[in-house]
Amino acid sequence: MVAHEPRTVPTETDLRDERLIRENRIFGPLDPAPEAGYGMDAPPRMGFFTDTSVCIGCKACEVACKEWNNVPETGLDLLGMSYDNTGDLTANSWRHVAFIEQPVSREKLAERGTATGGQAGKETPAFEGLPTSRVAAPDMAARAATTGKETGTRPGVPPSPEPGAAVEMATEFLGMPSTVLPGQLPGGERTDFRWLMMSDVCKHCTHAGCLDVCPTGALFRTEFGTVVVQEDICNGCGYCISGCPYGVIDQRVGDGRAWKCTLCYDRLKDGMMPACAKACPTESIQYGPLDELRERAARRLDHLHDIGETGARLYGNDPSDGVGGDGAFFLLLDEPEVYGLPPDPVVPTKDLPAMWRTAGRAALAMAAAVAVAFLGRRP
Amino acid sequence: MVAKERGAKIIHVDPRFTRTSALANTYVPIRAGTDIAFLGGIVRYILENELDFREYVLAYTNAASIVSEDFRDTEDLDGLFSGYDPETGVYDPTTWQYEGQEAAVQDRDPVMERETAMPLQHESHGPGVSGRVRRDETLQHPRCVYQILKRHYDRYTPEMVERICGIPPEKFADVARAWTENSGRERTTALAYAVGWTQHATGAQNIRTGAIIQLLLGNVGRPGGGIMAFRGHASIQGSTDIPTLFNLLPGYLPMPNAKLHETYDDWVTSICHPEQKGFWYHAPAYCASLMKAYWGDAATPENDFCYEYMPRINGDHGIYKQVLDMIDGKIKGYLLFGQNPAVGSINGRAQRLGMANLDWLVVRDLFMIESATFWQNSQEVETGEIVPEECRTEVFFLPAASHVEKEGTFTQTQRLLQWREKALDPPNDARSDLWFIYHLGRIIKEKLAGSTLRRDRPIRDVAWDYPLHGEYAEPSAEAVLREINGYSLETGQTLRTFGQYRDDGTTVGGCWIYCGVFADGVNQAARRRPGKEQTWVAPEWGWAWPGNRRVLYNRASADPEGRPWSERKAYLWWNEETGCWDGYDEPDFERTKPPTYRPGPEAEGTEALAGDDPFIMQGDGKGWLYAPSGLIDGPMPTHYEPPESPVRNQLYGQQANPARKVYDRPENTTHPSPPEPNVEVYPYVFTVARLTEHHTAGGMSRFVEHLAELQPEMFFEVSPELAAERGLTHLGWGHVITARGCVEGKVLVTDRLTPLRIADRIVHQVWMPYHWGPSGWSTGDSTNDLFTMVLDPNVLIQEGKAGTCDVQAGRRPHGPDLLEYLREYRRRAGIEEFHHTPIITTDAAEASHRCGRTDDGGA
Repeated sequence: MVAHEPRTVPTETDLRDERLIRENRIFGPLDPAPEAGYGMDAPPRMGFFTDTSVCIGCKACEVACKEWNNVPETGLDLLGMSYDNTGDLTANSWRHVAFIEQPVSREKLAERGTATGGQAGKETPAFEGLPTSRVAAPDMAARAATTGKETGTRPGVPPSPEPGAAVEMATEFLGMPSTVLPGQLPGGERTDFRWLMMSDVCKHCTHAGCLDVCPTGALFRTEFGTVVVQEDICNGCGYCISGCPYGVIDQRVGDGRAWKCTLCYDRLKDGMMPACAKACPTESIQYGPLDELRERAARRLDHLHDIGETGARLYGNDPSDGVGGDGAFFLLLDEPEVYGLPPDPVVPTKDLPAMWRTAGRAALAMAAAVAVAFLGRRP
Repeated sequence: MVAKERGAKIIHVDPRFTRTSALANTYVPIRAGTDIAFLGGIVRYILENELDFREYVLAYTNAASIVSEDFRDTEDLDGLFSGYDPETGVYDPTTWQYEGQEAAVQDRDPVMERETAMPLQHESHGPGVSGRVRRDETLQHPRCVYQILKRHYDRYTPEMVERICGIPPEKFADVARAWTENSGRERTTALAYAVGWTQHATGAQNIRTGAIIQLLLGNVGRPGGGIMAFRGHASIQGSTDIPTLFNLLPGYLPMPNAKLHETYDDWVTSICHPEQKGFWYHAPAYCASLMKAYWGDAATPENDFCYEYMPRINGDHGIYKQVLDMIDGKIKGYLLFGQNPAVGSINGRAQRLGMANLDWLVVRDLFMIESATFWQNSQEVETGEIVPEECRTEVFFLPAASHVEKEGTFTQTQRLLQWREKALDPPNDARSDLWFIYHLGRIIKEKLAGSTLRRDRPIRDVAWDYPLHGEYAEPSAEAVLREINGYSLETGQTLRTFGQYRDDGTTVGGCWIYCGVFADGVNQAARRRPGKEQTWVAPEWGWAWPGNRRVLYNRASADPEGRPWSERKAYLWWNEETGCWDGYDEPDFERTKPPTYRPGPEAEGTEALAGDDPFIMQGDGKGWLYAPSGLIDGPMPTHYEPPESPVRNQLYGQQANPARKVYDRPENTTHPSPPEPNVEVYPYVFTVARLTEHHTAGGMSRFVEHLAELQPEMFFEVSPELAAERGLTHLGWGHVITARGCVEGKVLVTDRLTPLRIADRIVHQVWMPYHWGPSGWSTGDSTNDLFTMVLDPNVLIQEGKAGTCDVQAGRRPHGPDLLEYLREYRRRAGIEEFHHTPIITTDAAEASHRCGRTDDGGA
């Protein structure tokens, strides 16, 4: 991939356009709070910009979130996925720091078009000139794929049904043939190495699948444009789980209700910063009006490209993507798949108009058939 | 991260590839315990290529000073300096002195100095060195410090660095180039270390090597330079300033020694060294004010300020000696404040056996930590060595308030005091440390009120009067800080600078270096003016000792004439018009002393400091590339192998630090190291450190669910190469064995660890976090059980970061079988009964001893 031009993202003011809001009610770019009934005087849309290029993997965000929101512990399970013992976003983990540990070769990254993938500014490969002989990453991936975690939630963090895929992933980044069986180490020396860290969170989509399918109205759009579950209304039907294109939302076993990041709605209402952003020591998690965050992110991306981090990209910042852009978006150093994120998420309700149209046509056809049947009986 | 964003290059040197390495520009792997070889290589690179900041070095360091002609280097004596006494295992530093000053150390007692960690007492005031030194400004004299340094580090070639540390020469060259190119007039480089770096048998010398480099490159006393210790706790700096050490009093005043400081005058004179330069000259005022803080009205000039009440030290009272004394039944009681030695201290088994042999033990902590429960739940209970029903120690557990539940200051690495407010009341019976100590003292004082015994006088007379507030009579922490700051007894006003301390008993001051923190009756540590509302030095955020100076020795940021070395690095400069030092920071220098000032021949103390002597606490006003005295184990850092090492020292016949402190006892057996046989029984190197997710011995993290789950159980990390060699599998069980103990955990086979090529062979390193014990949410074996107690001789810190071990797959034996398992290993290593560690591994000891003796003519 060549260095791309900084993308001009429409501002929130552009998106707060009545015509746009009317037209894009189901799909496409818009500012969600006015559409949800707060009117044109709604406060500016607030969100997160998570810059993974400065994440140090300290997990302070996970702990601050749990402390503030009184989220239960998820239990003691060593997952063997590098330093990640949380596993995933669940009803009991609303921030999740992913650790991606990979021996990579800069040539292979370049061939793949990623150029640096988090290696920009690295003077020399980490293990060059050392007596290394094997790589552990595929083995680690294979073993980690078999470790589920009992989090007290569903679907929670189940073992991967496809350990082979994890191994394939690990070997791909080594530039090796991906036919290695789990548990089998490929040969070859490792010289270069990267350890990516990323704090994941609910994306607070512009078109939120979870919210669209919620039959009780427990999930609602706040005046800040965020998406929140009301715990006293949720009846535990679980439709939202399949509605989320990112696999974020999850149910607590026992109470059955769905829980996820609220973007600290209670703090926002008091003009405070969400707990995770407040606790982040490196400002990897930034909170603010989405408008400003997008500008900041574009500047940051330019800077990273300037210093040679050409693999850097924004994820979820584009209002014209499949979910109308995320309220919580990210700066990644490689492709989203590397971090376990879907490359092209689409809100399932995108097809709703088409489905209704199809259903409508079917209904019309049915009605016509019935009519014909009745008419047909009259000679 | 901010520095990196602003363009700084981060180089990370560590045996493991950590989260820090991931964010650094260059990662340099290294074998644990070989830092002096690595840094010595940098010193050589600087000197060989003449890359030192010559004007700085000439003017501000002792590079030009001429050393005694009796001095012999490790080059001459196969790894020993002159003056080594093989009988006592310590050096006589006479021959290390500057020429003509050999007599300065004649009355010294090196054995006592090691026992009492006296170099630590010299931390800031330095040992006695006269300001009048012979110098050769051309640096050509064969015995000038510059030339001695050059010869000493000549062996530390890039090839040698690779043979010892395992660092490839290309990588070493990258670091050397980056460090030197980024230093000089226009640029500065900072050296930052985590305090694990000090935990070596050569700990003090590790830091010394860093200091030599920083002085040679002109990186001391200038913005963006310096040597920064990343502390392991919130106020470790504070706990040496106002110390929790057996040999120091507040403000680095030495604890009186029973043998050396019989009278008040002996004690005070030993600190102020009347013949030398610098601010220690005023020590009588610091001492008198401290005694007034202790004994108030009872302390008068006539009774030497109650000096007779002061406890005296007469030997090694360090924590490790104390633990062995507990095992021997010599110590009856033990108070633990927020410390968990059953997990956190090395040789955990000895710690626990010691604590099991007391009359009483008081543990104040947030949770029921292992040091309070070792008698019912520990590896020794498992093996039958401690029987709960028979354990004689009576344990008192007292719940303590956490840092958010009490007020006070933290002092961080920049010597910055920051006031903390109390956020909420402690729960139930939990109380602050201040509350506990104050009321304990009050009750003891009340009980002794009617006593006529002489021994009770120090407690009866102690000044113990602080305002109390609240339901539980909490003493005022601000009142304590005010007393630490100091005040005048005549006016009652708080003092502004330690220059106002008096030696006649008219001032009270608990810690002279903290004077100013309560200037004008205001808690200066509580200042929180945001950075953007003040200059980049941010002098109004908290308060830094001494005198709110943010960079120590900042006179060195200007050239000898008082001009900034460069516009870019301007920090302090002499203003001819106003006749004082101007700049962004408080001058760490007399404000109105011009650069041209030269002392008269009879000048002493601060008057003897010339206008271009930035190192105002040193006896000669200079930064020391070479330390003529003050260190037990040599005037220059020298690479020695750790006390346990799988390889022979590549540089000298002398294997390990010859002055190190060893405790050869059955419960503290050390492994054989080359040239001894059976090294292969414990073939691997192991090192321990922390995880971000846990705090030290786990007392504050393993007992909290939200923290415990982040790293839920004990594990250790190995490279895929070592995993293959020992049949270890990712997430499978494995265990690590030493002569002291055995620790099991899950194995993380990770690409973050790498084998190293050391002296033509492959050396594997195992990395282990040390947070676990049998209590709390998350439990596991305690890694520090694996270490032996061997100490740095200067400050008595343990070798707690490099040892040898074996690694096996599967779980360790449990129950009494464990003892037999360890015994079998010791049997194979030939150390089953007892292992006397050979200290001297060279033939040169006698020659060194001869060189050190001036009575037979020296050389």
